[in-house]
Amino acid sequence: MSMQREVLTGKHLMQGDVACAEGAIAAGCRFFAGYPITPATEIAERMARRMIEVGGMFVQMEDELASMAAIIGASWAGAKAMTATSGPGFSLMQENIGLAVMTETPCVVVNVMRGAPSTGQPTEGAQQDVMQSRWGSHGDYGVIALAPASVQEMFDLTIRCFNLAEVYRVPTFLLADGFTGHLWERVVIPSPEEIETVQRKKPTVPPDRYIPFKPDDDLVPPMACFGEGYRVHVTGLTHDEYGYPKTTDPQIQHKLVNRLCNKINENADKIIMTHEFMLEDAEVVVIAYGIPSRSSLNAVRKARKTGIKAGLLRLVTVWPFPEKQVEELSNRVKAIVVPEMNCGQVVREVERVAKETPVHFLSKIGGELHSPSEIFRVIRRAAKA
Amino acid sequence: MTAMQEFKRHPLAKYLRVERFPHIWCAGCGDGIILNCFVKALDDLGIDMNKFAVVSGIGCIGRAAGYIACDSFHTTHGRPIALATGVKLANPKLTVAVISGDGDLFAIGGNHFIHAARRNVDMTVICSNNFNYGMTGGQSGPTTPLGSYTTTTPYGDIEHPFNLVHLAAAAGAVYVARWTVLHVKRLTESIKKALQKKGFKFIEVISPCPEVYGRRNKLGKAVDTMMKYKQISEIRHGYDPAKAEITVEKIVVGEFVDIEKPTYGELLKKQFMAVQQKLKGG
Repeated sequence: MSMQREVLTGKHLMQGDVACAEGAIAAGCRFFAGYPITPATEIAERMARRMIEVGGMFVQMEDELASMAAIIGASWAGAKAMTATSGPGFSLMQENIGLAVMTETPCVVVNVMRGAPSTGQPTEGAQQDVMQSRWGSHGDYGVIALAPASVQEMFDLTIRCFNLAEVYRVPTFLLADGFTGHLWERVVIPSPEEIETVQRKKPTVPPDRYIPFKPDDDLVPPMACFGEGYRVHVTGLTHDEYGYPKTTDPQIQHKLVNRLCNKINENADKIIMTHEFMLEDAEVVVIAYGIPSRSSLNAVRKARKTGIKAGLLRLVTVWPFPEKQVEELSNRVKAIVVPEMNCGQVVREVERVAKETPVHFLSKIGGELHSPSEIFRVIRRAAKA
Repeated sequence: MTAMQEFKRHPLAKYLRVERFPHIWCAGCGDGIILNCFVKALDDLGIDMNKFAVVSGIGCIGRAAGYIACDSFHTTHGRPIALATGVKLANPKLTVAVISGDGDLFAIGGNHFIHAARRNVDMTVICSNNFNYGMTGGQSGPTTPLGSYTTTTPYGDIEHPFNLVHLAAAAGAVYVARWTVLHVKRLTESIKKALQKKGFKFIEVISPCPEVYGRRNKLGKAVDTMMKYKQISEIRHGYDPAKAEITVEKIVVGEFVDIEKPTYGELLKKQFMAVQQKLKGG
């Protein structure tokens, strides 16, 4: 297979959803299962056309329950696997997202968020599923979620999602939104050599000495896939290091669940990515993620022009929450402004970490983006207070 | 010799994760017989256990996946077929079987069953039909006979049951058979046939649940129930599955469907070759 076909190196005018699909292919994704849903359908459509070209597998399943189940199966059969959806489908996927967490299955789930609850606003962008992505399946666990703010990042961060999923053996979310998914922008796709891709860690011992769920020091166990001769047993039940159900032993539940949380928490520094703009001397800081970070940057620049020492901390990684970065910042700034396209989700995390520092929340729902001037007005008010 | 040492000497022990025994099934349950027939079929066929995967759902028989010494996945409730679809399509070299129960496959997982059959994904699905939800203590399910008593139908079931072989045939399965657990040899042969055949294959096995279904419906001892199921069964190969409804007087068993149809994998491969040819400028 020629790499030229797999990685469309060059400059393109591309839609966000399409860039996400291309990012997945460049990351090595060779299995896609999905179900049509606005505003994520274009990802499935692109994958239907492209997977067969690169020797991969596209299957349209009967629903999102099945799509999520299929990518877990495919991942255990050795493929890098992805599905893409929006809120209603994301809700259906929660069941098997929990299964992926419990079975430590590397996989990528794209949620191109739209107005919610329920069927809500299919064609309008939103950020209303951020807490769902963290806590949507029952139980305690850790996940990784990245929020793209441009078509370029729909490409770049999809690759990063795959790499993180492979390293930490965890379902990893690309939390996009309907605006970014449907946006057309310039994308620069690098050459294959310039794209860093990561493969899951394999066992280094023969089958008779392999303990499938025994973690290494990084808390992640090496993964033997189906057909490789290791004959692993995988279950959603609480299991011991051999993968066998042990559902009534408190110690085993304690050890397993804590590790599922800690493999993300303790590796947070390696996972978390933030972008900083004019933070050095900032007194009022906007903390944003996804598409609102673009209007935020504009607002910060506007504030600087009027003499306000404003800055922006952009959370590329939303989960695990960049606590250290936010805490460090909150200790030295006068106020924090959080714009979100929901009624207040990540702002709760910011408030939790920022403690006494005043946090101004700017909600926007309904299908409109924050305008730079409305963010600017909040910055100005926060600066005066 | 300890019981475990003796057990390990059993000719079929190499197909089982013997360290996990004793199994969880109640005395008199038919699931052990199904597992036995299944591994006997693997042995007869000389299946390469390194290229074989079993996927199961939730329920008593769902634990079978964890007892078979191959790559195995015990999934969420109702999803084994969807997950197995991912396994098979991502690695077509694997032979994939799904072993699960009537509630898992036809209530919560019914949609996945009909669509995998329609797609003709290459897998063998074995359903232990015990007419109720055994693991949760005996609730009514999609195959519970009209009038039966379960914990959720204390006055008798007023829902019409599925005729599973008819459903499977209508959804497009290329092989459809039904046996009771006492048809040990025929069931084993049926499993062998299904495992060797391409496409979506379905075998229903009528299995007693003496503890939580049999007792409530006064079916007597487990062995008596097994005998009863076998006695009222009538072998009719090629019989119209639509007419094979299970009644208290009769259980029609046999092979209902055995046809050839291109599988999802075969059609995909063909399409792949055509697309690749076109890309090469052919």
